[in-house]
Amino acid sequence: MTAPQHPQPAAPQAPAFAPEAPQWTGGYLSPIPVRKATLADALASEWTKIRSLRSTMWTLGVMVALVFGIGCAIAAAATAVDDNGGGGKDMSALSFGVFGVLLGVICVITLGVLTISSEFGTGMIRTTLTACPNRARVLTAKAIVFFLLVFTITLVSTTLVGMVAESMLQGQWTDRTTGEMWLRATVGVSLFVALIGLLALAVGTIVRHSAGAITAMLGLMLLPLVMTMFMYASALSEVRKFLLQYSIPYELFVLFASGTDGPDSSGPTGWDPVWIMMGVVAVALGGAYAALMKRDA
Amino acid sequence: MIELQGLTKRYGDKLAVDGLTCTVRPGIVTGFLGPNGAGKSTTMRMMLDLDRPTAGSVHLDGKHYRQLRDPLKVVGALLDAKAMHGGRSAYNHLLCLAQSNGIPRARVAEVLDTVGLTSVAKKRSKGFSLGMGQRLGIAGALLGDPQVLLFDEPVNGLDPEGIHWIRNLMKNLASQGRTVFVSSHLMSEMALTAEHLIVIGQGRLLADTSMADFIAQNSRSYVRLRSPERERLLDVLSGSGITAVTAGDGSLEVDGADGARLGELAARHQIVLHELSPQQASLEEAFMQLTAESVEYHAHSAPAPGPAPGPQPPGSGWGTDWQKKGS
Repeated sequence: MTAPQHPQPAAPQAPAFAPEAPQWTGGYLSPIPVRKATLADALASEWTKIRSLRSTMWTLGVMVALVFGIGCAIAAAATAVDDNGGGGKDMSALSFGVFGVLLGVICVITLGVLTISSEFGTGMIRTTLTACPNRARVLTAKAIVFFLLVFTITLVSTTLVGMVAESMLQGQWTDRTTGEMWLRATVGVSLFVALIGLLALAVGTIVRHSAGAITAMLGLMLLPLVMTMFMYASALSEVRKFLLQYSIPYELFVLFASGTDGPDSSGPTGWDPVWIMMGVVAVALGGAYAALMKRDA
Repeated sequence: MIELQGLTKRYGDKLAVDGLTCTVRPGIVTGFLGPNGAGKSTTMRMMLDLDRPTAGSVHLDGKHYRQLRDPLKVVGALLDAKAMHGGRSAYNHLLCLAQSNGIPRARVAEVLDTVGLTSVAKKRSKGFSLGMGQRLGIAGALLGDPQVLLFDEPVNGLDPEGIHWIRNLMKNLASQGRTVFVSSHLMSEMALTAEHLIVIGQGRLLADTSMADFIAQNSRSYVRLRSPERERLLDVLSGSGITAVTAGDGSLEVDGADGARLGELAARHQIVLHELSPQQASLEEAFMQLTAESVEYHAHSAPAPGPAPGPQPPGSGWGTDWQKKGS
């Protein structure tokens, strides 16, 4: 009536069962070399993930097309008007790049959110976290890969647009462009855009839902500016000014256009937008780490 | 080896897993059985540190999952067939997993070959059938050549050929000395694959027994008798010390009796029999009875849902209660 506990005497490897043994030593040993997984492994994995999706290629392709296409188109439109100085003392030929980047930011937001929310949506996150139970490492690797990717692509496109605009507007605007302006309109803008990408990644991690997180990010980007349009009451003028000066489009414009004292010295000037965005991203990423570590996947 | 110690998971007021303590041994396939919503998947997610237990712990070869430095080389898991991004090709899906654990790239082609997906390696998994998705998930589980394998409902939605393949695969993996833990809600499937059974219902351990014991204890065998002279037959039976139970359709059921002896008894007393047939209760019925009892018990004697009781050692409480009734 009672069957043996191990009805498998044929298997030579079948180890004797020791109920309270803390470490099981017998059984299967893999020929694959064992070594500790590191952040470098996680980075390689995330790089494979991001480059192996068509949505990445499409979104970044559209972004480059927008930044480059619209930047050049606006600069070309400006050549038609011989209006040296009409744009104010802070404008330079590089400033025309802002419109393309503004639209490109939308692609960065979408991709930043999707990088993590698509994993939650498809269930891939469970596979990812099984492969790497160190959740902080997963998010860190995603953040580094995405930041560097966006930074590089933005840097290349803004530099190209800047060079095209400078050559198109030879003699009209070019004399104003300083080295510092070049640096700010390329490296500064790329840092700012990549930081917005990190913010989107953080929001995607917290919200976990693609549509919800993208909506939240677009709202964050556009709502302050839209609200200022309706704040005519003089009592609200301070609020209006604040909302305007700290809205993402305005900050982007500051990076592109302002001289050392800025278009309006009361708001952020020079490199300020980058530092402000860094603070915001630090807080959001902190929340994202906490959410990812604490929640069930 | 997987050790569960008083594993508990609470969602709001609902206890999904309630003080589960058991051990899954290497070298055999262990079936993890329970009706839908019994807490099987939750338990498996807690084993992989995807869900944090409310109380208790899981140790895999003596370590907590989070402490594993190269988890894919220790544990391979198939949770659900579509736990992957549909836009990524099978090859890239496995590649990103391999890279995250420092597994050589060549291994990806090997496991694709093992599961028979080499021809569609460059295709996006979005277009895969359920069976192909299941195979890709298994490829991911095998990637690190791990000692412990967890499969959550691996035969779900598979065709007979696929079911046969998975069954043999699991047996082979176990015979190599690995720990294989397979969840299912199909008793019949487990009877063909598993050597050991862990049954849960409503998050509680109902049975932790070898498959052979389970079959022996649960295949209730009885003889069905049908006769136009039922009352006289009953008298004759009780006169010989045989207890017969009247079934709903008017037939008599005699537990554990020898059909030949009952036939001779009836002939000696010249009773006409319309039916004399030995019957065997199926394992599926035994399993349903086992889990149904847990539901019934829960409804009657748990008026105040208090805090979770402490961890129960296996074999006590639910399991033994039921075993006494069953045998």
